[in-house]
Amino acid sequence: MSRSLSSALHRLFPALAVAGAVGASAVPALAADDDAWTDLRPMLFGERPISEAPGVVSLDAPYRAQDAAIVPITIEAKIPQTPERYIKTVTLVIDQNPVPVAAVFHLTPRIGLATLATRVRVNSYSNVRAIAETNDGALFMATKFVKATGGCSAPALKDQDAALARLGKMKLKPMKDEAVPGLRRVQLLISHPNNSGLQMDQITHLYVPPHYVTDIAVDYGDRTLMTVEGAISLSEDPSIHFYYRPDGADRMAVTVKDSENMTFEGSWPVAADAGS
Amino acid sequence: MARRASIERAAGLALLLLAGPAAAVEPPVDPLPVVEIAPGDYVHHGLHEEIAPDDGGDIANVGFIVGEQAVAVIDTGGSARIGARLLAAIRRVTDLPIRYVVNTHVHPDHVFGDAAFEASGAQFVGHANLPRALAARGAYYLAELQRTLGAAAEGSRVVAPDITVADRATLELGGRTLEVVAWPAAHTDNDLTVYDRASGTLWAGDLLFLKRTPVIDGSLNGWLAAIDELRRLPAERVVPGHGPVSAPWPRALDAEAGYLSTLRDEIRRIIARGGTIEQALKTAGQGSRADWLLFDRTNARNVVTAFTELEWE
Repeated sequence: MSRSLSSALHRLFPALAVAGAVGASAVPALAADDDAWTDLRPMLFGERPISEAPGVVSLDAPYRAQDAAIVPITIEAKIPQTPERYIKTVTLVIDQNPVPVAAVFHLTPRIGLATLATRVRVNSYSNVRAIAETNDGALFMATKFVKATGGCSAPALKDQDAALARLGKMKLKPMKDEAVPGLRRVQLLISHPNNSGLQMDQITHLYVPPHYVTDIAVDYGDRTLMTVEGAISLSEDPSIHFYYRPDGADRMAVTVKDSENMTFEGSWPVAADAGS
Repeated sequence: MARRASIERAAGLALLLLAGPAAAVEPPVDPLPVVEIAPGDYVHHGLHEEIAPDDGGDIANVGFIVGEQAVAVIDTGGSARIGARLLAAIRRVTDLPIRYVVNTHVHPDHVFGDAAFEASGAQFVGHANLPRALAARGAYYLAELQRTLGAAAEGSRVVAPDITVADRATLELGGRTLEVVAWPAAHTDNDLTVYDRASGTLWAGDLLFLKRTPVIDGSLNGWLAAIDELRRLPAERVVPGHGPVSAPWPRALDAEAGYLSTLRDEIRRIIARGGTIEQALKTAGQGSRADWLLFDRTNARNVVTAFTELEWE
């Protein structure tokens, strides 16, 4: 899979070390400031212009998160994926998180529509951004402000035994709602604690080690549909809703790699046609 | 009167010892009000609020059980200061040593009073999963407490259990035996209950909420299974983690069981037809809204938690 943008993720990891040293006691900002983005932008996109005009991408996120560790986010594409013009990459950024880049989605025209939904951790009041890059290299950004506290440092796993017993299990579920003519929509669910490594044991003063999903590859038929680079800002049990354009192939296969070099694979029958 | 005065002197002395040299300048500790709900079972009613400066973290029911030789404390409140006030309340009632402090689960409103009992020589008792939960959550809970309460959080800290319970244990107080049960994941993945056989009183911790909206932070399926099993206990009354200090058993379980099972049914239906968390947030649990306090935020969180559990079924 592509490693090109992972350098962007890894360049940001020194930020993680700093956050670890400061610990979870950092007081959340009262309002999202743009300073973080001012620093992040050149690291991620250099001097390239980024359009904030609507028409290519929009973002849906709750203004106040119900659970800071599981904040549902929808990135909505306003243009269809065609071989001539399509969204090639979507970078999901949470400005105030210790690791701001939550995920980088590498997309093909075969997904039909680059509308994606996932669940993220939000560590403090923060802007959340989706930056879409079209195949001609143009960048478009949509931003939403989310009020949340402690999504990365706080409790995530509710039932730790169940979570560990299920580690690496995957599901691919057809979604019946939100039909787009000619397309199908599915949800990929990966059981993984996606530990942030930011929780310090108050008694031993050791950090609970990070353990998170780094790469997801989705093949439809025999060809790549989408790859995703992940990091600790994705919620435990990473979930991605996405479309695909049925072309007669009837299987989807997923390979997941994590930060401890574990690999998980799954394969499922899927609808081969768009139905009625 | 003479006896009363001596008890108060003893209490004052105990506090001096507890607080050390600074005690001379500290204001006297105001004992938490407690109700003796059954002979030897004393409960303090926690407020139906979020932890805030006004309440100092006094939002959960806490209490103690007095045997012939010793005392067991069941949860210690949301800050070291609340814990110190609980200790003062105990010393009004008895001079017997505190042998055990039982933490029914990891949540901050139940454990951050622990620090006030460290000097008492008591053994701290928790679920076998409690150390792991404290490791994952303690730092965050403490930082949040300090942020929320400021100076009123002073002295609060995480205390590791001396005795962990993986299944069952008994605690002896002299002529009084407490039965401690460690539950599979339910309200949290580290819930303990304490049954006081002598008085027929079940201390349910947060396995039972009354009035205040139940918080799912473990497993919805596990909690409903625990409720079915709890029902069979031959208790006469129950002390809920939140709600009135005493309630009739097992009828007290009905409201919570109704809310949780309805929520499960509704979310299962949404998942079955390919729905999302966002869709579930709009409708699930809403029929129970009028029956519970602090409903909206807690129910929304419960929907997210339950959805991410039930989508693996």
